Amino acid sequence: MGSILLENVSKAFGEAVIIPSIDLDISDGEFVVFVGPSGCGKSTLLRLIAGLEDVSGGRILIDGSDMTGTPPARRRLAMVFQSYALYPHMSVRGNIAFPLKMAGENREVIERKVTDAARVLNLTDYLDRKPGQLSGGQRQRVAIGRAIVREPGAFLFDEPLSNLDAALRVAMRLEISQLHQHLKRTMIYVTHDQVEAMTMADKIVVLNAGKIEQVGSPLELYRSPHNLFVAGFIGSPKMNFVNGIEAEKLGAATVGVRPEHITLSTSDGLWEGEVGVAEHLGSDTFLHIEVKDVGQLTARVGGEFTVRPGDKLFISPDRDRLHRFNEKGAAF
Amino acid sequence: MATLHTRTSARLMMAPAVILLLAWMIVPLGMTLYFSLLRYNLLMPGMESWTGLDNYTYFLTDPAFSTALANTLLLVAGVLLITVAGGTALAVLLDQPFWGRGIVRLLVIAPFFVMPTVSALVWKNMLMHPVNGLFAWIARTVGLQPVDWLAEVPLFSIIVIVAWQWLPFATLILLTALQSLDEEQKEAAEMDGAGAGSRFIYIVLPHLARAITVVVLIQTIFLLSIFAEILVTTNGGPGVQTTTITYLVYLQALLQFDVGTASAGGIIAVILANIVAIFLIRLIGKNLDT
Ligand SMILES: Nc1ncnc2c1ncn2[C@@H]1O[C@H](COP(=O)(O)OP(=O)(O)OP(=O)(O)O)[C@@H](O)[C@H]1O
Ligand SMILES: [Mg+2]
Repeated sequence: MGSILLENVSKAFGEAVIIPSIDLDISDGEFVVFVGPSGCGKSTLLRLIAGLEDVSGGRILIDGSDMTGTPPARRRLAMVFQSYALYPHMSVRGNIAFPLKMAGENREVIERKVTDAARVLNLTDYLDRKPGQLSGGQRQRVAIGRAIVREPGAFLFDEPLSNLDAALRVAMRLEISQLHQHLKRTMIYVTHDQVEAMTMADKIVVLNAGKIEQVGSPLELYRSPHNLFVAGFIGSPKMNFVNGIEAEKLGAATVGVRPEHITLSTSDGLWEGEVGVAEHLGSDTFLHIEVKDVGQLTARVGGEFTVRPGDKLFISPDRDRLHRFNEKGAAF
Repeated sequence: MATLHTRTSARLMMAPAVILLLAWMIVPLGMTLYFSLLRYNLLMPGMESWTGLDNYTYFLTDPAFSTALANTLLLVAGVLLITVAGGTALAVLLDQPFWGRGIVRLLVIAPFFVMPTVSALVWKNMLMHPVNGLFAWIARTVGLQPVDWLAEVPLFSIIVIVAWQWLPFATLILLTALQSLDEEQKEAAEMDGAGAGSRFIYIVLPHLARAITVVVLIQTIFLLSIFAEILVTTNGGPGVQTTTITYLVYLQALLQFDVGTASAGGIIAVILANIVAIFLIRLIGKNLDT
């Protein structure tokens, strides 16, 4: 229904090459997340798949058939925009019904599908309101409702939660994941928030400057990042990188160690450091420790761990969870 | 202006401006009202006398009055129709990216800068003239009998001339409105399967509703008092075929030197303008809310 294959897809705006060349295989029913820093071409890639932007080269296959030049409406894809892009002069009902109306469905079918979608998305009480009279989360749900009534082969989301507050993001994140389990359709989800990527994805595509750095499941990317970029991007707080002499002692140009893979001790360890700032989250505490010859390291410890700024500590990275990178930044 | 305090001081601050504007409006209106109740002819200065509502009776029973009223409404409606439809079409065209768009936009705005008398004369002598006019030449070239526009279809011709002048205004306002339409909305509609036509009807037109309302209201105010174009081209004729209320007032005041009846006509024009305004606000005013 919704498998998508990108072959050698490239995109340039005039002289500026935004996407040099991308190959990507998305199988039916998968939840794929595109992550990457701002400006790396996530939205552009999504818009290429949607057909809102013409490719400069390569092919896009949807369900095995070449859709490279097909107009957006006939690709059987639905898109949820970051700004929601609701039609302000139509009621919620009108918004959700719009794609069905355009498809020429008859009135009873439209009514039934709109009612169903509204029920799934908890919008039944708001059907007669205008988008301007809804909260951000409700608008988001209307945008999703407009997408699901079309029963598309795949959903495309472009940072749909970035306008919502933190609590609502977490709730909507869960709702979208549940929707995916319920509909079992392909979803491509763009975000620059790696927590969203980790929690929602079956498969994460890490993009950097228009290139794919790595593709894999969240845990694959977490456990074995192919390079420094992915290692630094996936995981929160960020992985610590150690260069220079201390790294060479461990047999690599750069050594990466995740904050949660550090053992602290007051008596002995590999490095000695001084506690700078301690961030208490309740369940966890993040310690920023200044280590001579190594730089600042972040360590993640239990919430009950009590230290004060200025305390001296010994730090030992877990040897079997070290990430080693060569001069070019590739893992080995 | 949220609190009582700020509201009071705001009123105080605004008062001078409001009072000035009010005086500006009330004094001429009051004088017109006063003159309209006098028997006041410029040929007999110093002979003014009170006549009550006689002037109104004269003006309203003038054989040309009902024609003038109909002409006024036809002129306003015709020009509005052409400028709103044409302005929307032009705005949509000018919103498309094409080579030389800046210059074309400038050219489209140009007619607005031409004085009404000048443009009316150009239309009369260079375009619509039955012998020398461009239209007549075209007609002859394709082997048709040239039309004497201003004699055969005078009101239509004036509507065309005035519409030509006001088209840039409508286009400009509608174009800015069009440019404020969120690009993602159009893309969303495209994804939803709406073709160019449906996108125009369901997305673009509703978005333009408010701007169209503004265009209609502003133009109506000016169109009700169209005068120069009529004076220069047809002089209200042939017969009274292009005489509007405004022109009728002019006939009374300056050709018959009857200030009293002219003032009565002016007051009637004001009442007519208000009726039209109320009607329009009822009809399309809700577009201006929020
Ligand atoms: N229409 C366009 N014309 C020229 N350059 C463009 C156009 N659209 C995007 N770009 C450029 O392409 C690059 C990628 O943009 P894109 O919107 O895909 O980034 P993104 O990864 O979605 O970033 P963000 O996370 O900030 O949304 C940017 O450098 C941007 O300036
Ligand atoms: Mg983006």
